[in-house]
Amino acid sequence: MSVETATDGDRFEAALENLEVPVTATDPATFDSTLESIVDQPVVGTPLPFERVSLPDWVDDEPTPATLETAATGVTAASFAIADYGSVVLPSTPEGAEQVSLFCDLHVPVVRASDIVPDMPSAIERLGPMLRDGASAIIATGPSATADMGALVKGAHGPKDVHVVVLEDDEALERDETGEHDE
Amino acid sequence: MSKTDRETKADHIRHLLETEGPAVEANTMGFNQGRYDSVADLEDYEELKDEARTIKEGAIERLPELIDAVTETVEENGGTVYLAEDAADANRYIREVASENDAERLVKSKSMTSEELEVNEALEREGVDVVETDLGEWVLQVADEAPSHIVAPAIHKSREEIARLFNSQFDPGEPLETAEELTMFARERLGEQIAEADIGMTGANFITADSGSLMLVTSEGNARKTAVVPDTHIAVAGVEKIVPTVEDLAPFIELIGRSGTGQDITSYVSLLTPPVDSPIVDPDDPETPFADREDDREFHLVLIDNGRMTMREDDQLRETLYCIRCSACANTCANFQSVGGHAFGGETYTGGIATGWEAGVHGYDSAAEFNDLCTGCSRCVEACPVKIDIPWINTVVRDRLNRGGEASRFDFLYDELVPDEEATGAIDRQKRLFGNYETLAKLGSATAPVSNLIGGLGPVRSLAERFVGIDSRRPLPTFQRETLVDWFDARGPNVAAADADREVVLYPDTYTNYVDVDRGKAAVRVLEALSVHVQIPSVPGSGRAPLSQGMIDTADAKASRVYAALAEHIDAGRDIVVIEPSDLAMFRNEYEKLLPERSFERLRNSSYEVLEYVYGCLENGADPAALRTDGPPIAYHAHCQQRTLGLDRYTRAVFDDLGYDVLESDVECCGMAGSFGYKSQYYELSMDVGDRLAEQFSTSEARDRLVVASGTSCGDQLEDLLAREASHPVEALDPNSPLAR
Ligand code: SF4
Repeated sequence: MSVETATDGDRFEAALENLEVPVTATDPATFDSTLESIVDQPVVGTPLPFERVSLPDWVDDEPTPATLETAATGVTAASFAIADYGSVVLPSTPEGAEQVSLFCDLHVPVVRASDIVPDMPSAIERLGPMLRDGASAIIATGPSATADMGALVKGAHGPKDVHVVVLEDDEALERDETGEHDE
Repeated sequence: MSKTDRETKADHIRHLLETEGPAVEANTMGFNQGRYDSVADLEDYEELKDEARTIKEGAIERLPELIDAVTETVEENGGTVYLAEDAADANRYIREVASENDAERLVKSKSMTSEELEVNEALEREGVDVVETDLGEWVLQVADEAPSHIVAPAIHKSREEIARLFNSQFDPGEPLETAEELTMFARERLGEQIAEADIGMTGANFITADSGSLMLVTSEGNARKTAVVPDTHIAVAGVEKIVPTVEDLAPFIELIGRSGTGQDITSYVSLLTPPVDSPIVDPDDPETPFADREDDREFHLVLIDNGRMTMREDDQLRETLYCIRCSACANTCANFQSVGGHAFGGETYTGGIATGWEAGVHGYDSAAEFNDLCTGCSRCVEACPVKIDIPWINTVVRDRLNRGGEASRFDFLYDELVPDEEATGAIDRQKRLFGNYETLAKLGSATAPVSNLIGGLGPVRSLAERFVGIDSRRPLPTFQRETLVDWFDARGPNVAAADADREVVLYPDTYTNYVDVDRGKAAVRVLEALSVHVQIPSVPGSGRAPLSQGMIDTADAKASRVYAALAEHIDAGRDIVVIEPSDLAMFRNEYEKLLPERSFERLRNSSYEVLEYVYGCLENGADPAALRTDGPPIAYHAHCQQRTLGLDRYTRAVFDDLGYDVLESDVECCGMAGSFGYKSQYYELSMDVGDRLAEQFSTSEARDRLVVASGTSCGDQLEDLLAREASHPVEALDPNSPLAR
């Protein structure tokens, strides 16, 4: 199991590299400084539903239509990620995660390492119960793009850039450690 | 079709070839190559397609029940469902929703179903401002043009044209030039329009009955904004979009982008369960945090019948409802690559499957406009993620059109020449002529060389052009007085059954028997060199010619006669070897629809393409040295239907094993496609398609090679295009080959 988890993470990173989407791994202790090195100010975000990690106070975590309009970066949590495709699954929340992930030029999705699933069938396994429960989600892969104007342009209606942050959380750290023992 | 109609059609096609052709060609060929590359990464591609097909078959089977289920789920979620009988009914409902909301502006994301309804016009008549937010659709809205492709609606427009359009319409301070500038300009303008919209309208690629969710496949992000920014969301979708559960979406998510534009997955696959939890973005209340809002969203799902439930009851058209509108069948189609959807399309839909959609939702007149452009090359069949037999749908619609047309006063004279099995005298003369090619060939051969002399006379050619539309720029085939069957009768086999490793019946297809007798003789010599006992009984034409003209009854009768003539040979354990790939494709594919199941299977399992057979002999120990191994380097073009059957690899393998230096074309089709390239209204299109092949065979690396093609039409087309001799692979391998070393 541990070996596979490590592989999913590697494959996720490889898929993102193919998409030319930068990815940075971090842990709860260094999350703030990592995020700071990635974003462009001003930054809006929606609360991260992860233990031991929350948005730094320089992130406006109560965005309004006005602050959304002027923000350069949006930070939101991803429910999980799909290794094969380099995709992040973004939930729609009453706090406006959908908007924050969509309107700013740079979107920074934060996904826990333990939430990287290997492939589309495993993703759908998770999505089934979520959607039947009334939730909505976006499988987002790379920045928004269009070829309608005669050449590929990034940033059509949505973000021009995406920078993924992978959070090595307790579960993943634990698994990694077990993994090392196993080997 | 009258001469004038043919001329008008030819003019229209010529115009598109000159104007939109280059942009359409570059884009569709890019998508098509992207598809090949992207599906190659899927280990379980075939299984995914099977799974997708099974899900769609099941969903359409259970459709009435699923409509009820989705209605219940969406209403439980807090939305409203309206089942609209037709476009007028849907538009009436949508106008009501707009008026109840005092809507001044409705923003839309791309939806072909909404194009089918012409909902924009319906709303604009009521004073609602409708804004398309997909960049391609917006370009067309500004230009006042129709989509030319179901996924990338503005592919027929180049960047330069879009720049000219924007600069003249909007007069931006600095003239716009690059794709980046054009995109950012559009993004900004449309962003403002979305912010101030009262209603957002989307389509849906799929709807799940268990959760009431919409799946939207997009890249730009406009559909996401359209669905969440305004407080009212209307989704319009054909009833066929419903699948039972969220889990059923899995294969489609993996297949749809790859099949269409060649992307492994598009930027956004939205899975919305409306009314969604996201807050609205209210420009009139910019300071209230999203988290503090209490929004009451409104959601309307408008399900469209508009002929679909009738299609579901129609055994031939039902498959159309499995279509997920990925566009693979358009991108892979050689004719579509040249002219795009403004020729290859009806009122709303474009590409190969459009025939089924148009016949089903708008009626046969709309399908008749472009149905002929499907030549039955079958390249789309393997590309379709739900495995629809798109050429068959085109054939069926053509057959129905043949029966609904009008009779002409010449037809009783013509009946003598074209003794087909078609019940009514309503069918187009040109179609009947080509559909009865076997009779003509028989006659031509019996009266050769006089028939060839007459056929070559100017006045005869111009009559042929006027009366049936045979383009006089095309050289006609030269009929041989001695048919292959006669030649073989007189000559007899050189390998006796008693000495042979195996016994075959070489199928004397119409073209080999009456026109290209030489390739038949070469096939005999090649097979005999491999210790095969050959017989050539007289067997009727396969029915390919009438089928391609939509004359299904005639093809059906031929299939029965072919089977009757071959059954005893199959019983005796003989293999049936076929030279012409389009005839083999009849035996292996279309006969499934024309013969009883057991007969079809027996013939299919006993029949082989000639090079496939040679390959089998060599694999089983036949001596390759018995064939010609010192021939010249080869430029090889496989036949479209042969490729769909997966048989081109045998020709390649045989040439490789014998040490030939082979350069192979990678175009989808030569453009001739049987009779298509002879028709005056399509001659130029046929040549345009052929040019892609000609280019590949005219490079410095290819131009001195021996041109080899597996199909009759491909050979003729290559000879016309290159003014070089084209041979069949068996002629290159013939130990007595007269071809230059
Ligand atoms: S018929 Fe098949 S290939 Fe064509 S658009 Fe529909 S799903 Fe795609």
